[in-house]
Amino acid sequence: MAQPAKAQERVNDFVIKLANVNGTGSASANTLLMKSIFRMGIPVMGKNYFPSNIQGLPTWYEIRVTKDGYVARSGRVDLMVAMNAETYAKDVREVSAGGYLIYDSTWPRSTVLSREDITILGVPLARICNENFVGVRNRILMKNIMYAGVLAALLEIDLDVIRQLLGESFGKKQALVDANMKAVQLGYDHAKEHLPCPLPLRVERMDKTRGHIMIDGNTAAALGCVYAGATVGPWYPITPSTSLMDAFKSFCQKLRVDPETGRNNFAVIQAEDELSAIGMVLGANWNGARAFTATSGPGISLMNEFIGLAYYAEVPAVLFDVQRVGPSTGMPTRTQQCDLLTCAYASHGDTKHVMLFPSNPEECFYMAVQAFDLAERLQTPVFVLSDLDIGMNDWMCPELKWDDGYRPDRGKVLSKEEIEALPKFHRYLDKDDDAIPYRTLPGVSAKGAYFTRGSGHNQYGGYTEDAKEYQVVLDRLARKFRRARTLVPAPVIEATGTSDIGLVAIGSSRGAVNEARDILAKRGISIDYMRIKAFPFTKEVEGFLASHDKIFVIEQNRDAQLRSLLTLETDVPKSKLYSILHYNGLPMTSEGIVAAVLAELGDAARKAALA
Amino acid sequence: MSFINKPKVRHPDLPTNELGLTRRDYEGAMSTLCAGCGHDSITASITEALWGLSLRPEQLVKLSGIGCSSKTTAYFASGSHGFNGVHGRMPSVATGANAANKELYYIGVSGDGDSLSIGFGQFAHAIRRNVNMLYVCENNGVYGLTKGQFSASADIGTKSKKGEENLQAPVDPCLAALSLGGTFIARSFSGDREQLVPLIQAGLKHKGFAMIDIISPCVTFNDHVGSTKSYAFTREHYHEAVHADYIPPQREINVSYGEGEVLPVQMHDGSQIVLRKLDKDYDPTHRGKAFEYLRTRLREGEHVTGLIFVSSSGPDMHDMANTTEMPLNKVPYEKLHPGAEGLAKILKRYA
Repeated sequence: MAQPAKAQERVNDFVIKLANVNGTGSASANTLLMKSIFRMGIPVMGKNYFPSNIQGLPTWYEIRVTKDGYVARSGRVDLMVAMNAETYAKDVREVSAGGYLIYDSTWPRSTVLSREDITILGVPLARICNENFVGVRNRILMKNIMYAGVLAALLEIDLDVIRQLLGESFGKKQALVDANMKAVQLGYDHAKEHLPCPLPLRVERMDKTRGHIMIDGNTAAALGCVYAGATVGPWYPITPSTSLMDAFKSFCQKLRVDPETGRNNFAVIQAEDELSAIGMVLGANWNGARAFTATSGPGISLMNEFIGLAYYAEVPAVLFDVQRVGPSTGMPTRTQQCDLLTCAYASHGDTKHVMLFPSNPEECFYMAVQAFDLAERLQTPVFVLSDLDIGMNDWMCPELKWDDGYRPDRGKVLSKEEIEALPKFHRYLDKDDDAIPYRTLPGVSAKGAYFTRGSGHNQYGGYTEDAKEYQVVLDRLARKFRRARTLVPAPVIEATGTSDIGLVAIGSSRGAVNEARDILAKRGISIDYMRIKAFPFTKEVEGFLASHDKIFVIEQNRDAQLRSLLTLETDVPKSKLYSILHYNGLPMTSEGIVAAVLAELGDAARKAALA
Repeated sequence: MSFINKPKVRHPDLPTNELGLTRRDYEGAMSTLCAGCGHDSITASITEALWGLSLRPEQLVKLSGIGCSSKTTAYFASGSHGFNGVHGRMPSVATGANAANKELYYIGVSGDGDSLSIGFGQFAHAIRRNVNMLYVCENNGVYGLTKGQFSASADIGTKSKKGEENLQAPVDPCLAALSLGGTFIARSFSGDREQLVPLIQAGLKHKGFAMIDIISPCVTFNDHVGSTKSYAFTREHYHEAVHADYIPPQREINVSYGEGEVLPVQMHDGSQIVLRKLDKDYDPTHRGKAFEYLRTRLREGEHVTGLIFVSSSGPDMHDMANTTEMPLNKVPYEKLHPGAEGLAKILKRYA
């Protein structure tokens, strides 16, 4: 067996990729590995590439050990754990030169698949499992846990940390902890005896994850909904948003059951389809509860009609769109930012909607709360545009904080006393000259009653087909949307004040962009950066666009939807905007951004920057 | 349609209910439907029923979809909040509204197009959830606003105004509701106020989904010879099987009924529905028999009316969701989250 070259040493800076078959419990093994490294104080990134399938198809998990804290894909694979014979050929090819591949050597692999420039290590995982565990299912599960032990030996992952994590996940089921730990130890011991431990790729304790958590965006968003005081959650299952409502329900079952009566301070309603889910959200919000739904692109398509009604009749609503690859059914388990335009202008007629763009789970939490406040303040639907990468992968992010002084902004809702004091209540009258009318809730006062409708209405709430009366309301809605610009979060801008080149991104592109900027800076190319957090675009967005001559717009869709939205909704000339597009369904890599920027700037610019 | 506004004058001798309100207090805007429309008679019955129940207008929520029937929620109870949603989707709005506040009374008014075609899914699932509401289906067999196309409730062989014959099998909302587990299923006729008013009252008081299918002739597009939903045809083929009287709580039953024909059904708030069986062998508490009876009579070309089936013991949506007694929109914010300290505890497993 060839000894790996010492020159390739990469401490706390390498990528492990694990090729598995879905439904074999590999996810637990992979999460265990990632979490162990995180617990050793080393920043880490984990991405799950799974099929739209329950059992038997290929699935990959990518762990990036990143001492510099880059939470995006790098594009490298330094260590491949090839557990799936079906994808073995492809997996071998994917390893970066000088890298390693581990496979189950219980069965011989064709030498055709070997490569001269990587080190291939065999471990008879299935054989060891068969010798030590009983039962088919058990053996399959333990085989995966066992490679975690092999990697622990090769990479010097602390076995005590692994033991502790197993204890945490299995709780009181000591037999499970013991069985899993036995598998880990078997793998570990085998590797120690037969493999060149440690590899030049290895981990070393750091102190860079203190004050951080590893959480997925859907869980964080669900927690945000709990803290926002949402009580009604109508939804229809759809990947990749399902785990959001599942998490909300599970948090509520722990936190929202009245200790005295055993009854629930929440209602999660599984609707018959997305049309119904959004209808329920509207009904509940209209009736004074905070209600939301979680869905993905196809669900948004179905919800369009109701979204237009909510816009026109001014009913608050919060929608989480955990974006997946379109068009149509697309690739349900792959990621994209492809619903920008469909959400911005959802429904027929003149409609525009508020959107928030969380860039990681941390922002999913805070923006969930913000979304409810904005929806009720503005009496309109608010979209939180997350994506599969944020929603379903565990991200390292700062521990979430809560301000106990927070009170929900319920917007302009009149109390019984306020209604009774009015000469007459008019639902859509711009009384305060801020384009936001007052609303009343059912059950409060007969004097506050009004008729909510999606058909033409005047500012008093009455039905109308009168040209002028109709237009008064429609024009106020436009003013209200302009007012939203002053209420939504401003972009994050990192600018030197000297560069005339800018870079614009939203959402989950953040990690790749941060790393790409560092790489470019090392090459002497400094680029200003604006991460937009909301639509409508604020004046800061306009300012950034105006003050840069060449602006790269980075986004994860084919048709440059963000660029379109910027040209439609700001004064920026189209010719200033250069698209960097990534839409193959995998999370973005910094590599791709660097290459695209360098290509666009050309040799001359590069030399000038380096000079 | 009439273009005059309703006069605001109130006669001093108008009778008042327990709240001191007159029938005028339960009226709404002027109807814009065609003169003689069955829907307007239903509106009048709803107004009468609400007044009779002495409901505070703000206790009621009115919901509807799109269509002639759906317009009618504007024509009664102007002191109640109304929500005119999108076509066929009223049940979901009602479900959400009810989830938010279980204390109010919900009345949804829909039509055969709204309920049985575009909204058939939502209609079915609201029944399955047993949402606590009264669902009125104003059934005329045609699309009125778009000028007389057949709806899904049009009977085989019925003729459109232009003479076209319907060949597709109809959807019967009562049979559908029976098979979906509906807990209060009634059929009536817009012209029979004596039957309709107590049915509406009982339906509002029923805990769960109460559906009343009301044959309501369309005078403009479906009241001709050859139509099976005309006034003439309906009157001729009308068969009242069970008459329901609504008896409020603490009120004694003082109507005299014939021996063996009376079946009192206790409602959750102490009120009662007294069912007067006009057809001796009929059992409105037996789902299978109700289904069979309805089918048999339909084959004979008869519209069975009255309270066809009732079961007051099943769990409604809130029971199934085990929600707290307090309406969810009134639970104080402090009870909904565990604060900064609680968050730190929750996050431990993610560290």
